[in-house]
Amino acid sequence: MNTATPVVELKQITKRFPGIVANDSISFKLFKGEIHALLGENGAGKSTLMNVVFGLYQPEEGVIEVNGKPVMIDGPNKAIELGIGMVHQHFKLVQPFTVTENIILGSEPNKGARINYKKATEDIRKLSEQYGLRVDPNAKIHDISVGMQQRVEILKTLYRGADILIFDEPTAVLTPQEISELMEIMQRLIKEGKSIILITHKLKEIMQIADTVTIIRRGKVIDTLKKTETSPQELAEKMVGRNVSFKVDKIPANPGEVVMEMKEVVSKNKDGMSVLNHLSLQVKAGEILGIAGVDGNGQSELIEALTGLRHVDGGEITLHGKPITNLTPRKITESGVAHIPEDRHKHGLVLDFSVSENMVLETYYKQPYNKNGFLQHDEIDKKAQRLVEGFDVRTPSIHTMARSLSGGNQQKAIIAREIDKNPDLLVAAQPTRGLDVGAIEFVQKQLIAQRDQGKAVLLISFELDEILNVSDRIVVIYEGQIVGEVLPEQTNDQELGLMMAGSTVKRGATHE
Amino acid sequence: MNKVLKLFTKDSITLPVIAIILGLLLGAIVMMVGGYNPIEAYSALIERVYGNSYDFGEAIREMTPLIMTGLAFAFAARAGLFNIGGEGQFMIGMTAASIVGIHLHGLPAFIHAPLAIIAGAVFGGLWAALAGFLKATRGVNEVISCIMLNWIGLYLSNLIINTFALQSGDTRSVDIQPSASIAISWLSEMMGNARVHWGTLIALLAAVFFYIFMWKTKQGFELRSVGFNQDASKYAGMNVNRNIVKAMFISGAFAGLGGAFTVLGVFGYQSVMASSPGTGFDGIAVALIGMNNPFGVVLGAILFGTLTYGSAGMSFSADVPPEIVRIVIGAIIFFIAAQGIVRWLLKPFYAKRKKEKVS
Repeated sequence: MNTATPVVELKQITKRFPGIVANDSISFKLFKGEIHALLGENGAGKSTLMNVVFGLYQPEEGVIEVNGKPVMIDGPNKAIELGIGMVHQHFKLVQPFTVTENIILGSEPNKGARINYKKATEDIRKLSEQYGLRVDPNAKIHDISVGMQQRVEILKTLYRGADILIFDEPTAVLTPQEISELMEIMQRLIKEGKSIILITHKLKEIMQIADTVTIIRRGKVIDTLKKTETSPQELAEKMVGRNVSFKVDKIPANPGEVVMEMKEVVSKNKDGMSVLNHLSLQVKAGEILGIAGVDGNGQSELIEALTGLRHVDGGEITLHGKPITNLTPRKITESGVAHIPEDRHKHGLVLDFSVSENMVLETYYKQPYNKNGFLQHDEIDKKAQRLVEGFDVRTPSIHTMARSLSGGNQQKAIIAREIDKNPDLLVAAQPTRGLDVGAIEFVQKQLIAQRDQGKAVLLISFELDEILNVSDRIVVIYEGQIVGEVLPEQTNDQELGLMMAGSTVKRGATHE
Repeated sequence: MNKVLKLFTKDSITLPVIAIILGLLLGAIVMMVGGYNPIEAYSALIERVYGNSYDFGEAIREMTPLIMTGLAFAFAARAGLFNIGGEGQFMIGMTAASIVGIHLHGLPAFIHAPLAIIAGAVFGGLWAALAGFLKATRGVNEVISCIMLNWIGLYLSNLIINTFALQSGDTRSVDIQPSASIAISWLSEMMGNARVHWGTLIALLAAVFFYIFMWKTKQGFELRSVGFNQDASKYAGMNVNRNIVKAMFISGAFAGLGGAFTVLGVFGYQSVMASSPGTGFDGIAVALIGMNNPFGVVLGAILFGTLTYGSAGMSFSADVPPEIVRIVIGAIIFFIAAQGIVRWLLKPFYAKRKKEKVS
């Protein structure tokens, strides 16, 4: 046990919001040179706690000590002064600015009245070499990858002299390769004497990198454990407060006739490049077809084409043998396609609408929700109430704005709405992205339940584990084409990984 | 009942009220700096508006078009559009009502007057829909096209009046047919010939229509959805482009109605305008004060109308320059826009309330 003074210590922190206690006398110690993970479900109070540490919120009760001295953190500037830096989940970068400009923003080195860019670039280069953070100081933010943007965020905190780094869900937006790079960076930071608080709900990452884990549930600390003394199973149980099964229970699939078929579908982007390049696939009734692939290989475009949000330039899409190519989204919905969109904030919900209004976002014009042009609010509320209860959407009321729900509950609301349409084909794009263990389990069960009812399910996910666990059949997409098909029980992530990277020759030859 | 209570405790009510109080206070300070007595000035303002029936009627006359242009701006804003073209739509509405009012002969009043009003609404709406159409099909920003359409509207109106309806030797049109008038003559007589007209009633009904349409109908649902999130609306199967055009049309129709009332109810003719009347722009201020809520717009128009009309009384009996009122209005809008300042001022009150709740 480390007996030194912790670099950050929280004592009995309590933070209330109207109606809820987000943090209920939480105590927490971070020692120098350790990675301390903060584990909890969405809405458990992790982010609130870190916002308290970073000075964005003021706690009602409790004391924060930095290096043994009690401090008042009344704003991010104060936090930075104390050597605390935060890498936000949603990057706070100015898109048209260069990497250098973003990093120095707010603490620019001056030379007279002008900004000394030369010195800035030099400093950044040094920092990035010291910590192994590969960036191009002169590239514009909108030209660089998400992984590099995150490194810019990390450099921002280091440039300001941070010794304590808070990472808020850092892997949510990264590809598997970028995640392992990030892990290396974090280890390097520790070696250089920094301390890290890692907010996450991914057990795998914790087991991989953290030294200590503090589990928070409903605003309270449940336990603090050494990683070496625990197991993912124990952590998951402590986090959700009940037994969690990692294995997805399902009976073997019983595929029926073909529900949806894409034949030689071609779709071009603005520059005339084929983002869908003669793509063909079939989904049968009573099966879950998983589409595996590295982000950016045409997954989003495939869904857009299928749901009518993107123009198809060639080929045909049929549902029960009837063409639905280039129909309007409404016509496609009405012909029996439901869609859990990839980006729930952009496509799935109108965040400023109430939960109730969101529940009828696609059906508001139909009986009984609409009579002679007037919305029947009673009927709408009744439906919303039923779905909220049936799918365990946790919301203070059905009239609460969708914006104030946690991510998991927003997703549940969308899934409730889509499944309630009783579709023939359910398209689920990244349905568990950003969700915690409990919610993931719920979502996957729902997908399997749909399949068991004889629905066709198309699952697109960047999480290989999810694809392998949930799908009955897997196709791999690469550069807008289906490059191979495998059965989940006959493959593993290595093989899939290779196929996703485009090496298809062998597999394609044996299978087709 | 609960809903009504909620409405009054919401931010959306307290914020404008505080902003108005702050605006009036700032006006008072300016007056004191200038050596005037603010209490005297404000009581002269109130006295002017509510002192006798003639002025009261005229103040209502002042408020009516402001309600319409305010509704116009608020409606578009609810659908996520910035309709800065109320001015042009107002003038086109005037012109359409004038032409129908002047050139249709021999119709009974119960057909002629409504027809002229409808013409004002339809052409005001089409004028705005033009900007909506350009946005929907070509992605032209509605702010830019609306500003340009304001100027085109001004000169087109003048051209039409000059060409088709000019009173010879004058810079105004000939009078409209008596059958097209919407003045309420009996009430007018009772109020010392103040120019009161049916348009005021229609304006209030328009606010009710706005509310019902926006929050109770299927089409309003679509408009609000498009206003908040176009991507999700598209995903949900709504026709975003059609909704943009529709929102602009209805918005423009409100402004056009305001113009029609001015011709048919107040003047009875249309002047050849040297510059645009400014009612459309004032409507933006009214909508901001009313927080884009139809009933808020009505209240905002009452405030705005009272201040503008009363300012004449202020200069008359308290010798305060009427421009002070512009400072007050500007300050109110500033405080509404700068919500942060108001919240900051309110903070001690809120903190106290919270503490009481906790303990």
